[in-house]
Amino acid sequence: MTAVLGGRPEGVSTLHFAMDEADGIDTRQKLVVVGNGMAGARVVEEVLERGGGEQFAITVFGEEPHGNYNRIMLSHVLAGEEHEDDIVLNSHDWYADNGVVLRAGVRVDRVDTHAKVVHASDGTTAPYDQLVLATGSRSFIPPMAGLHRDDEQLLPGVFGFRTIDDTRALLAAAAEHEKAVVVGGGLLGLEAARALQGHGLAVEVVHAGTHLMNQQLDPDGGAILRQSVESLGIVVHLATRTTEVIGPDRVRGVVLADGRALDADVLVIAAGIRPVTEVALMSGLEVERGIVVDDQLRTDDPDVYAVGECAQHRGELYGLVAPVWEQARVLADLLTGADPDAEYHGSRTATKLKVAGVDVATMGVNRPERDTDEFLVISEPRRGVHLSVVVRDDRLIGATLLGDTRKVAFLTQAFDRGAPLPQERIKLLVDLSDGAEEVGVAELPADSQVCNCNGVSKQAICDAVAGGCGTVGAVMDSTRAGKGCGSCKGLVKQIVEWAADGDVVEDPTAGWYVPGIPMAKPALMTAIREQGLLSVSAVFAALAPGGQEDAKSKMALTSLLRMIWGADFVQENDAKFINDRVHANIQRDGTFSVVPQMKGGVTTPAQLRKIADVAEKYEVPMVKVTGGQRIDLLGIRKEDLPAVWADLGMPSGYAYGKSFRTVKTCVGSDFCRFGLGDSTQLGIDLETRFQGIESPAKMKLAVVGCPRNCAEAYVKDVGVVAVGGGRWEVYVGGAAGASVRKGDLLATVDSPEAVIELTGRFMQYYRENANWLERTYDFVPRVGLATIKQVLLEDSEGICADLDEGMQRSIDAYTDPWGQDGRTPATPGQFRPALPLVALPEVPVR
Amino acid sequence: MSVTAQTTSGHVVGRVEDVPPGEGRAFVAGDVQVAVFRLRDGSLHATQAACPHAGGPLADGQTDADVLVCPLHLYAYRWRDGSSTSGNAPVQVYPVHEEDGHLVVQL
Ligand SMILES: Cc1cc2nc3c(=O)[nH]c(=O)nc-3n(C[C@H](O)[C@H](O)[C@H](O)COP(=O)(O)OP(=O)(O)OC[C@H]3O[C@@H](n4cnc5c(N)ncnc54)[C@H](O)[C@@H]3O)c2cc1C
Ligand code: SF4
Ligand code: FES
Repeated sequence: MTAVLGGRPEGVSTLHFAMDEADGIDTRQKLVVVGNGMAGARVVEEVLERGGGEQFAITVFGEEPHGNYNRIMLSHVLAGEEHEDDIVLNSHDWYADNGVVLRAGVRVDRVDTHAKVVHASDGTTAPYDQLVLATGSRSFIPPMAGLHRDDEQLLPGVFGFRTIDDTRALLAAAAEHEKAVVVGGGLLGLEAARALQGHGLAVEVVHAGTHLMNQQLDPDGGAILRQSVESLGIVVHLATRTTEVIGPDRVRGVVLADGRALDADVLVIAAGIRPVTEVALMSGLEVERGIVVDDQLRTDDPDVYAVGECAQHRGELYGLVAPVWEQARVLADLLTGADPDAEYHGSRTATKLKVAGVDVATMGVNRPERDTDEFLVISEPRRGVHLSVVVRDDRLIGATLLGDTRKVAFLTQAFDRGAPLPQERIKLLVDLSDGAEEVGVAELPADSQVCNCNGVSKQAICDAVAGGCGTVGAVMDSTRAGKGCGSCKGLVKQIVEWAADGDVVEDPTAGWYVPGIPMAKPALMTAIREQGLLSVSAVFAALAPGGQEDAKSKMALTSLLRMIWGADFVQENDAKFINDRVHANIQRDGTFSVVPQMKGGVTTPAQLRKIADVAEKYEVPMVKVTGGQRIDLLGIRKEDLPAVWADLGMPSGYAYGKSFRTVKTCVGSDFCRFGLGDSTQLGIDLETRFQGIESPAKMKLAVVGCPRNCAEAYVKDVGVVAVGGGRWEVYVGGAAGASVRKGDLLATVDSPEAVIELTGRFMQYYRENANWLERTYDFVPRVGLATIKQVLLEDSEGICADLDEGMQRSIDAYTDPWGQDGRTPATPGQFRPALPLVALPEVPVR
Repeated sequence: MSVTAQTTSGHVVGRVEDVPPGEGRAFVAGDVQVAVFRLRDGSLHATQAACPHAGGPLADGQTDADVLVCPLHLYAYRWRDGSSTSGNAPVQVYPVHEEDGHLVVQL
């Protein structure tokens, strides 16, 4: 049985409020709510807040067995950023504590509006005086051949993305599969795509529109969004549909309208939503696209109301929560009589894409509609930035922020509350700071809701600050403000700053090298040197607050200390990541992969024979040639590692480390008819010199014999290109991974020795100055090529000799780890299996 | 793998020396696989051996006084109650103590 979210132990999903039933003299009116989603539950909360618990005996029917949860956060749950328990808004206990009967897991089939009774799928009935329909929406599943099995069920591997159960199923599928296709390039589709990608799947998005998020963005904005999404590694297919699902037993792929086929073992359908209106239809209520309601949220039956996504108000359907909150307030005012004249006049909607790495916020219209509308656009496609605002009669009626959402807090306020706009309209989009405070955080009423998703008011944020939360992050953690869709984060930050009156600390850990020690890298290195801290535990004891060790800091510290101290570093096995403890790369099933050294990608028949023998002897499930020109033995059991290394008799290739790994080479002048330099030999020499050197992140090098670049040297951390006449170009900061960046030309030198010297100097400079896990392709642009050139080529800081010396110290300290630990384990049970007994997905055998 | 025996107070899974300070090792107690850790301060902790996230080998994880970090995707779990600091499902924690040099785990 799957767990009930916000549930009670042991399968209790239905609770009855016993008191009244027992003596049968409940004089309260009966309020029945159909649908326990964000709207239904919110109506109940608002009614209770107005003292409605005295007026009404409340019963809520929910088709889902769960308590009430924050549906918006499912994107975060799918991304693995939040746990499902953390998105519970009202647990089953909450209903019980508030005297509300929750009929969880029970669907309502129809309403007899004459007898005023609802009929549920379990055969029970419930009488009502007032009835609220809050049945929400369901995923729209566009027609495609092969989508359903004979029994009408979706083909295994096909998922909607609407409920916690969908999300759980998707998470389980993501753990087992490699390729996903997402149908729909709107908000939901893009969030699903990014989340799945985060689980390591290759993801393609198929979108029928001619640009992404076409509901919210104009074509220019959509084009820029596409760039940003593709730069994350998500493939986008526009203006086409999926017409067929390839099966038959489970999803194997999809066919597009243009005849192309895409492989997929997970298919997510996020092609839009459709209001759930069956109950209303069956009960004879007026339904068009949604359940039709008036300004008092009444259907054509005076005692039946509808709220949320199932409701159609003044012709509009909403697919966001802000309108849900507004409707719930109005309805609660009406039901309880708190304000018998309350009316709902429609909502202005703003949306924000919750995808890390792509900032999109939109509100209202995205282009001018009347001749008199003011329209301001700033578009910088190359930077992925596109900003626009539409102003009518001095009021903001629309804004689009793509790639730069710094102004979102201010614009949201102006949009929601009609705050006055600056005369210089450009200030709506960019900061032209003249010292004048634009956003009147101070004037914002205390009870105004800042975070719509989690219902946090300005007052609650101020209270958190008063209660001792000193950082924006701490306030967000304690109030959950800003933890829903994230669009209010900017405003939360401003309020925190205002409430703390200058006392806020920017998240202090941001500048630290490791989370457990409050120091930036230079200060940390100085302290380690001055105090002679030779081991990780010594560093914690001397520099961490309270001497507390921190698991997540250990690996970075081990690397740093080894660089600083070379052979004098005192190793501690528990301070190393498992890869470094057993000198192999842990795989998803807990086995390891082993890559012997193969300098410059050159090997011999004898080595190949040895590798083949080892692979057979240990039944290695997969032998793979890597992108770095080496041979990877995958799926080796931990306990076999020492024997595998011994039998190989080759040194470790460091495929597992945050370290220098390999030098890829082309054949160069030895055999190639274009070769201008001996790239193979230079690659071997580089690899020999820098083997095993640890660094903040992995380093991959390449050397090619001419600018034809057969070994892709332009996209390596250090790439070397022979250009003729004995000259070599040295490029740094290239990447061909999740992001692609051509390296920057550091220098052209005229001998292999000069290449080796400059490479070592650059690597040492990077080792000493980069943040933990910062690849050179982020480091080089951050520091700036000009600075790096000055430091390394002109010795502007006078540190070149130190850099050379520091690198030499590490080189001198090199020993082959397989040789050492293979002979005698470093600690008892170093190679004892830690594999669980439960069956795990295995690395496929080919 | 060591033979396990059941005592009144729990399952004997191995000897204290089997778990070097600061590290974890996996054992079988009854038909349950557990990971036992000995921190640098000498304290003992035990959890289920497979990570609730995707079955990672928790005994290969890294530790400090508060948490255990799974080696596969680096989700962290508190010793105190097994809850995750990173929004994941909690891990099962078991009481573990030393008796005459033996590790005793209560399931
Ligand atoms: C992954 C995801 C991300 C989202 N992100 C955002 C966002 O960032 N910002 C935003 O504003 N909005 C977002 N939304 C939309 C938002 O979640 C919805 O607008 C909101 O949940 C609508 O509330 P509702 O109560 O009308 O419908 P729902 O929350 O869908 O609730 C309807 C409930 O009624 C139940 N039900 C239906 N029929 C019956 C019946 N006959 N008997 C009993 N029960 C019944 C259903 O099972 C369901 O639990 C997102 C939605 C999803 C799925
Ligand atoms: S990069 Fe130039 S030298 Fe090297 S293999 Fe290619 S063509 Fe030949
Ligand atoms: S398996 Fe443990 S964190 Fe993923």
